[in-house]
Amino acid sequence: MSVTGVQFQAEAVETAPEEAIQGRSQWQLTWRRLRHDKMAIASIAVILIMAVLALLAPVFAGLLHHGEYQAFTGAGLSSAGIPVGPGTHGFPLGTDYVGRDLLVRILYGARISLFVGISTTLMATVAGVSIGLVAGYFGGTIDAVLARFIDAVLAFPFIVLALALAAIYGPSLLIVIGVITFFSWAGISRIVRGQTLSVKEKEYIEAARSLGAGPWRIMFIDILPNLLGPVLVLATLYIPTAVVFEATLSFLGIGIPAPTPSWGVILSEAQNYYQAAWWYVVFPALALLITTLAFNLLGDGIRDAMDPRTERLFAARRMRGKRNVTLKDSELPHTPPAGATGAG
Amino acid sequence: MSDTLPQGGTPSLHPESELEDDVLVQVDNLVKHFPVKAGGLIGRTVGQVQAVDGVSLTIRRGQTLGLVGETGCGKSTLARCIAGLIPVTSGRVTFEGRDITNLSRRAMRPFRREIQMIFQDPYGSLNPRRRVGAIIGDPFVIHKTATGAQRKRQVQNLMERVGLNPEHYNRFPAEFSGGQRQRIGVARALALRPKLIICDEPVSALDVSIQAQVLNLLSDLQDDFGLSYLFIAHDLEVVRHVSDAVIVMYLGKIAEAGPKRPIYEMPRHPYTAALLSAAAAADPKLAAARQRIILTGDVPSPINPPGGCRFHPRCPKAAELCSQQEPPLESKPGDPATHVTACHFPVEAGENLALAGRRERP
Repeated sequence: MSVTGVQFQAEAVETAPEEAIQGRSQWQLTWRRLRHDKMAIASIAVILIMAVLALLAPVFAGLLHHGEYQAFTGAGLSSAGIPVGPGTHGFPLGTDYVGRDLLVRILYGARISLFVGISTTLMATVAGVSIGLVAGYFGGTIDAVLARFIDAVLAFPFIVLALALAAIYGPSLLIVIGVITFFSWAGISRIVRGQTLSVKEKEYIEAARSLGAGPWRIMFIDILPNLLGPVLVLATLYIPTAVVFEATLSFLGIGIPAPTPSWGVILSEAQNYYQAAWWYVVFPALALLITTLAFNLLGDGIRDAMDPRTERLFAARRMRGKRNVTLKDSELPHTPPAGATGAG
Repeated sequence: MSDTLPQGGTPSLHPESELEDDVLVQVDNLVKHFPVKAGGLIGRTVGQVQAVDGVSLTIRRGQTLGLVGETGCGKSTLARCIAGLIPVTSGRVTFEGRDITNLSRRAMRPFRREIQMIFQDPYGSLNPRRRVGAIIGDPFVIHKTATGAQRKRQVQNLMERVGLNPEHYNRFPAEFSGGQRQRIGVARALALRPKLIICDEPVSALDVSIQAQVLNLLSDLQDDFGLSYLFIAHDLEVVRHVSDAVIVMYLGKIAEAGPKRPIYEMPRHPYTAALLSAAAAADPKLAAARQRIILTGDVPSPINPPGGCRFHPRCPKAAELCSQQEPPLESKPGDPATHVTACHFPVEAGENLALAGRRERP
């Protein structure tokens, strides 16, 4: 990251020399670059809107006077027993097969989907980072055992385990969270382990050891900050995977048990009705699509913002716009400003 | 390997005042072999890299011991063994008379405060994700010697002492030049007021003008804090500038050792002579007049070092004996007792090795 720092400093001195005393952290630099990425900002907005809507689900239910489990067998179903379409009888997005308000159910579903997606990713990240750090830092037998365990988890057919657990204990939210967490940490662990193997050979780790730092201090104070970038990107990309995972399990009937609204549950119910009621499958699917897409685009944006190489391209583009310099010129290696050189 | 120990391999600066109190670090017959593992799951050991093979030395209080040698001769490994960063295969390291060989991390802790290191790469030795204040403050945190505002003040004092602007406390290493970064490394090493600082090629990654500044800083600090240095370098002129005594290493063994003057003015080992003849000279007249001793071939592999004298395949003076018997490290006739050389046929005064090199080798 040293290139980033120097380049950034060059830029900072150009624009705001009086700010140069306070060094900017990796996160400040990432945020500055992310701010210029329209797609990432739009994704953040979409995710925030989705989160607010999920939180406000009871408000919507109250305004519409439609509970999440409340079946309107009269107004909510046509005379043939078919769900009614969007806008009819005060149902903004139509109803489902027993006459429940689809909008309210999708909003409540968003709570479950986001909760499962974020909570499992958090747990998987904490577990994955810890196990990856331990395996990579200690090496030897510990690493051999943990690395084989990671391989085994990655190779395990997750649907089979979920089916087995659902068959034994009956489908529940707890099993869903457990299964998703169990199958998510290994991917993070593998990346963290690889990065740890590379970072621990750096001279500054040896310097920490020569100061007398213990293994835990080295792992969490010296190595971890160097891994947070890739881990954050990975975690952002794991949230949509977990959301889809939950929907898949629920769709197969081994996830969230049926009356509870979750996007997977709604889509599963819609299987038998989509020919007569297109809204039944389109709206929950759209909610799933928009959410996962937003998280994926945000993950890409964060990755780009952290990669010094793309920053150079961004900077080149900005400079070209501002001063009409060619890309070639601006790609020449930056030299640190006068304040940082010579004095050494 | 260890049955052919160098004899009397302790370069001593003050033979007349051989006070034990004067000795800070004593290394006896240190051996470090790295196992070479075959690929595969089990990893059978198929050989040993003999990185350091029976080295003895003494570091005295307030003095600088220079350690020179080509890349791969084991000087950095030796430094890490002394600093307790890697376990020793055999031999003994004593610090102020106490054995610190292969201590556990906990047992080593008090000695960490006494022995610090400055590293070669000013870019690799500072964590890019941490602020300079945190990096220099680390020793205080780890050894719990100062907290909060007191720590910050101490860190800023250190920064000032090594020639950094204390206001740059919150900056990241990437915002400093190579020389400034090396000063950060010096400040970190200095934080616990150690008695010994092991400098592992501290200036070889720096610009020549910056090298001088850092060397002068190290020299000032030595006077102010009474530091001892083990100074590792491959640049003979740098070592001449800073050292009181010099050790020349070749393939994990000491080739020649002694006080600075005799080694530079009257090298006895052909390897030392070759190194000195190859060193850059600032004066072009001198450089033109000098005859370089061209060594043939590469440094042999430390996995399978040559028998006898390890230098014999490349030595211009090598004879039959050199490939059969390892020369002891001893004082040669006409040298002071502190100047020891491991060579069967030491270089004599006025001898021209450059010519010997052109001769057909036996």
